[in-house]
Amino acid sequence: MTVTPLTTTPEITPVQLSAAAVAKKRLSSPWASLAAIVIAILWTLPTFGLLLSSFRPELAIKRTGWWTFFTDPQVTLDNYRAVFDNDTGVNLGTYFVNSLIICIPSVLIPVSVAALAAYAFAWVNFRGKNILFVAVFALQIVPLQVTLIPLLTLFVKMGIAGTFWPLWLAHTTFALPLAIYLLHNFIKEIPAGLIEAARVDGAGHVAIFFRVMLPLLTPALAAFGIFQFLWVWNDLLVALVFAGGGDTVAPITLQLANLTGTRGTAWHLLASGTFVSIIVPVTVFLLLQRYFVRGLLAGSVKG
Amino acid sequence: MFQTASTTPEKLLQMLSALLLFAAVLGVVLFFASRVRGKRSDNWVGYLYLLPVVLLLAVGLVYPGLRTIYQSFFDASGKAFIGVDNYKTIFTDGDLLTVLGNTVVWVLIVPPLATGIGLIYAILVDKSRFESFAKALIFLPMAISMVAAGVIWKFMYEYRPDQATVKQIGLINQVIVWLGGKPVQLMITDTGKLNTLLLIVVFIWIQAGFAMTILSAAIKAIPDEIVEAARLDGVSPWTMFIRITLPSVRTTVVVVLTTLAIGTLKVFDVVRTMTGGNFKTSVIANEFYSQLIRASNQGLAAALAVVLFVLVIPIIVYNIRQVRQEA
Repeated sequence: MTVTPLTTTPEITPVQLSAAAVAKKRLSSPWASLAAIVIAILWTLPTFGLLLSSFRPELAIKRTGWWTFFTDPQVTLDNYRAVFDNDTGVNLGTYFVNSLIICIPSVLIPVSVAALAAYAFAWVNFRGKNILFVAVFALQIVPLQVTLIPLLTLFVKMGIAGTFWPLWLAHTTFALPLAIYLLHNFIKEIPAGLIEAARVDGAGHVAIFFRVMLPLLTPALAAFGIFQFLWVWNDLLVALVFAGGGDTVAPITLQLANLTGTRGTAWHLLASGTFVSIIVPVTVFLLLQRYFVRGLLAGSVKG
Repeated sequence: MFQTASTTPEKLLQMLSALLLFAAVLGVVLFFASRVRGKRSDNWVGYLYLLPVVLLLAVGLVYPGLRTIYQSFFDASGKAFIGVDNYKTIFTDGDLLTVLGNTVVWVLIVPPLATGIGLIYAILVDKSRFESFAKALIFLPMAISMVAAGVIWKFMYEYRPDQATVKQIGLINQVIVWLGGKPVQLMITDTGKLNTLLLIVVFIWIQAGFAMTILSAAIKAIPDEIVEAARLDGVSPWTMFIRITLPSVRTTVVVVLTTLAIGTLKVFDVVRTMTGGNFKTSVIANEFYSQLIRASNQGLAAALAVVLFVLVIPIIVYNIRQVRQEA
């Protein structure tokens, strides 16, 4: 990762200060601020409109725009009740549970498997290491779509189609190349002296991995874990192909997508349903933003 | 354990047993790794640590990838060999040409616009008092699913017939009405690819935050001395942008552009949720799904996936070469 933290500004002499202040003033002209505010509003307004609608009564949503809320405020929780109600057939609660069941193993398994592999690539000298590493690295270019048809056939043959297993296995596999690459970049930055010292003390590769590496790796594991969590929670394609039928395994995104098809005009259900599906990823994002951004930066800026 | 679980306790139990099974596999790997001794021990540890990865990737990525390439030369049922006919269909059939054309439009528009907006915004809010809050606003769409984003924007584009008693509930059509125009059925109007362009807006809305985050980090990495020196020379903000900021973040811009291009090629959820690929809005990744599930044409779906694969490769190679040159 080349993104270095902001260097501290050197001591500023009075002359420099005035020059810098002048430039700063010019840079933060009212036009620039206005442009920033306009962009921020454009980016927030669509979500805000639907959020507001999710609290308006069904009839009000269907007859008037959400902006009329400000002249005629009506608030209700009925829409949220409706998406969890059995009678409406939306049953978001079930799908919500499915999403969680899909996500937890789909994050834990690839992260730990990738950590072991990244350690082996960085600190264990075995024959064929370089070739294997390049192969794993190169597999990042395989688009999901290329694998789906044979995998579907395979899962049917194995008799696990329609269970959670295809989703766990698929999400785990698809995450590995990037996870190994990112964790490897991080792990090889750890000073060799630390590992050698542990070896001198008689620690084997298992002990070194758990005692030395794991504690140091925690931030990187968290970064990738959050990334993977959001990716799996928000996935639609893998779910559509492997969890098509009914509420036994399908995640919340799938049910929401179905609703847009079958109840495209039931805005009271769509609005509240959308926010139920958003609440987990947005909470994760807001709480762990720092790690998420780190994961993003590690993924896109050269390692 | 491999049966369908239908109640919540059953599902939780299944998840727990999956995790335990996985922990047991790892336990076995680690047990053997801790037992190997001698000169060749590093070889054994390496292979043991990589065993799960190699197995998963071979079965889940390499084999299916090759199998799909093979399958793309077969007919709809996957039984009769038909040579390159599927590829011929993709490049001659009128509907599929529209799909290819739409994909080109997506890839030409999304990366530059999302990167441009991200860059401008990153510069505008840099070092301002509300920086982290302002960034979070643009970044938030990245955290939600494209399905949710699709619903949010479908609501923005919602159309109500133009009658005196009917009010618009979609903001865009309301703005058109306020400006004295007539409401438009935005999602089904394909004149000038209007509906495709409106879907592209949604994807840019999702991706600009990604571009902004990466570029903002790159901007902050520009040494303060350079910026300070330029300021002392009294350069205008514009010159500063062209002469200092832009050249300093050039590699990052390339990385962001190419990453977005790859993501755009694979765009699926937005199209699926908002139009289902109808009204001439389909793109390759969506058409793949339609052919696979709706039309049950395995061969054509496989060929579309291969086309996608082939289109992604040059972008990634370019990306890696740019980064290498800089390093």
